[in-house]
Amino acid sequence: MAVKTQEGAQLLTGGEAVAYAMAQIDPDVFPVYPITPQTPIIQTFAKLAANGKATTEIVNVESEHSAMSAAIGSAMAGARTMTATSSQGLALMAEVVYIAAGMRAPIVMAVGNRALSAPLNIHCDHSDSMMIRDSGVIQIFAESVQEAYDHAVMAARISEHPDVMLPVLVCQDGFTLTHSEEPLVLTPDEDVKDFVGEYKVPLPLLDTEQVTTKGIFALQDYYTELRYQMNAAMEAAETVIADVFAEYSQLVDRPFSMLEEYELEGAEKVIFLMGSTAGTIKDVVDDLRTEGEKVGLLRLVSYRPFPAEAIRRALEPVKEVIVLDRSDAPGSVPSLHAEMAAALYGSSTKLRAHVFGLGGRELVPAEGRAIFAGEAPTHIGLRS
Amino acid sequence: MSGLRPWQELSPGGTIRPTDAEKPKTGSWRTGIKPLADLSKCTNCLLCWLYCPDSAILLEDTTFVGFDDYFCKGCEVCAAVCPVGAIEMVPEETETPAGWVMRSDESGS
Repeated sequence: MAVKTQEGAQLLTGGEAVAYAMAQIDPDVFPVYPITPQTPIIQTFAKLAANGKATTEIVNVESEHSAMSAAIGSAMAGARTMTATSSQGLALMAEVVYIAAGMRAPIVMAVGNRALSAPLNIHCDHSDSMMIRDSGVIQIFAESVQEAYDHAVMAARISEHPDVMLPVLVCQDGFTLTHSEEPLVLTPDEDVKDFVGEYKVPLPLLDTEQVTTKGIFALQDYYTELRYQMNAAMEAAETVIADVFAEYSQLVDRPFSMLEEYELEGAEKVIFLMGSTAGTIKDVVDDLRTEGEKVGLLRLVSYRPFPAEAIRRALEPVKEVIVLDRSDAPGSVPSLHAEMAAALYGSSTKLRAHVFGLGGRELVPAEGRAIFAGEAPTHIGLRS
Repeated sequence: MSGLRPWQELSPGGTIRPTDAEKPKTGSWRTGIKPLADLSKCTNCLLCWLYCPDSAILLEDTTFVGFDDYFCKGCEVCAAVCPVGAIEMVPEETETPAGWVMRSDESGS
């Protein structure tokens, strides 16, 4: 989504913007541990709470493993719960992320995507999100600060929907969005509150009228059924996300989609990617279009659930799709590449793929042109 | 695995309501030993009843009368807490001597 300066717009970083959305929602509990580049999110949220903008119980825990553990307890007890993390924090939290999804805890987590060590790096790539790709959490990726804010407002509705009940990760590129100011329009407090509504999740642990046991043991007899439930929840999430996006779109008069189609009309070559780099590629597409090249962009917003059928439909008339993964998979191919191949199986659309942007490396417009021209190396910008 | 429920009938994440967990036959978990009580030593202090994690101590009113074979997992806690040594863990196949109690109650208590 291209950022257009609207009336009433103000300058905020992505981290601040997401914290504003969360403060407007005013969750009951926010267990959190700081990590770059997530820190501005909790820093801003804590400031807003201290100034009376939110009444949230912020729990300063001793690690991300504890943050997600506390979040599960809180969500299961019946409290609206949010948290935030990045990179190594998400890695440390990974064990518990699987538990949150498996226990169907509707937690909203803001993620500032950052490369994983080693070597130590604080800048953006999507390796952290990829690590938990099969955990059962929903992951939505923003292109801009405005979109990260809007996703954060919508996430609770998606997460808490009775057919879904899965954690939702509101992902934005570390530094490129978390630390960069962009003009955005905040939705009025009352509209956010009305849109998000009351937290009503069935069978909370603290309901003494209807006692329950959570976090159960299930062996050969029930494990398969309980894990399978998450497939059904993800399938339902596709509809729920589309509905919530449409409803919020009406409220704020901005378009939202699980899959953004940019200049696909008559496009022969299309780049497929997630995150803020879409902005650069849109400029490249615009330039190439004025030069008469039939190129376009398909931007994935909802990484989980992965809208495979919609992707296949959108690419039906396209000759070649070029997948750009912002993570690597030594010994195999990264996630978007593999999943695009699965989505296109049997289709006549050709598939090419590159890895780009590891550890925050820039992808400049000249490289975008080289990618379309088929003149770029497998790993964009690699010196060899 | 007949009699098991399909995924659609399970609460999200397997949340258990009291009706879901009615009478699980924990007695089938025993691995070869079971408790027996010598009623001539028992002072009816009911410490075993307090400590038993599976409600497998059978009472009549407030009097100890034995163990529930359906629920007893053979964990030995009752034998460990009995202050007068009235409870002994014995091999599963041991016959109940006169004056000792091990009730088999398939319905659960």
